[in-house]
Amino acid sequence: MKAKYLIGLLLILGALAYLIFGGLGQNLVYFLTPSEYLQDQARYQNRPVRLGGLVKEGTVHYDKDGLELRFILTDGVAEVPVVHKGTPPGMFKEGQGVVVEGRFGEGVFHGTNLLVKHSETYQAPKAGWTPEEVRKLIEEAK
Amino acid sequence: MLKAAQPDRPDALTWVFLGLGLLLLPAGLYLALSAPPDVNQGYLARIMYLHVPGAWLGYLAFFVTFLYSLLYLFRQDPRYDRVALASAEIGLVFMGLALVTGMLWARPTWGVYWTWEPRLTTTAILFAVYVGYFLLRGAIEDPELRRKAAAAVGILGFINVPISYMSVKWWRSLHQTQSIDLTTGKIHMDPAMLQALLFNLFVFTLLYLGFVRFRAFLAALEARKEEV
Repeated sequence: MKAKYLIGLLLILGALAYLIFGGLGQNLVYFLTPSEYLQDQARYQNRPVRLGGLVKEGTVHYDKDGLELRFILTDGVAEVPVVHKGTPPGMFKEGQGVVVEGRFGEGVFHGTNLLVKHSETYQAPKAGWTPEEVRKLIEEAK
Repeated sequence: MLKAAQPDRPDALTWVFLGLGLLLLPAGLYLALSAPPDVNQGYLARIMYLHVPGAWLGYLAFFVTFLYSLLYLFRQDPRYDRVALASAEIGLVFMGLALVTGMLWARPTWGVYWTWEPRLTTTAILFAVYVGYFLLRGAIEDPELRRKAAAAVGILGFINVPISYMSVKWWRSLHQTQSIDLTTGKIHMDPAMLQALLFNLFVFTLLYLGFVRFRAFLAALEARKEEV
């Protein structure tokens, strides 16, 4: 009867140890900025890294047929060109904060996962959102 | 004397909290669904009205567990242990709700269900600690030792709550910082959204108070049955 609780407890302790020593240790620095990366490139060579920064205005090119997204990631100091395979997330836009998971290769960062960082500010749109307006929009679309 | 300390049914205050909470829940839902959408996220932002109260109740419930665990260690009265247990149980449920709604919110906004960033990792640790709290309670047969060990976990586990709350400020994370920032008092939210959120926080808190009193009453009934 009590043995199953002990097994469960050991599992939880194991999971906690993993989270604290494995997961948290690596993730206290959740992402690198482009300048941090460029300063210490040798260290991150052939290692999956996360790069975080802003999508530079006017640098987004999305190839709809090849599903290839290209843009420049900047932290205001350094810039890194990024290639990402796949459709961008809905909230992806120029000037938006993003985190890209991937590896460096031949001067370009190859992203495997694209994450969008949104702000803590919540604002209502100026117009066009009231239930009546939304209903009208849906009816017109039919 | 004994009968007065261990009543047969929950007291009036418990029913008031539960009744008022359940009565106001539809009003909270109405406010949440009629609140304006967000400029960037659109209607997705409405998950907030469930996600934030869930996380708040998790934090609050673990704080109450911390408080009553301390009280138990000082006074050695099993009644305090029962409140600590009741609160931890409710806290775990609502923290689970916050995790699930958070994942459902993260997929369309961030692009992934889960990522090991500081806020999410510390919350996962918090959740695992209180799962461990119940496993520990189940594993120890001696009631007094069980209560003492549980109180120790209830006190130590709470350390993670302020760490989790502050994680978005202390470390680089994907999670946005607090929209209602308790450390600076700044609020980054449309008044209509803020009203709906505060109302839902209030309703969920009422429900928590009702739940915790009701669950502690049930635990008292169980304890009495064991004694007989």
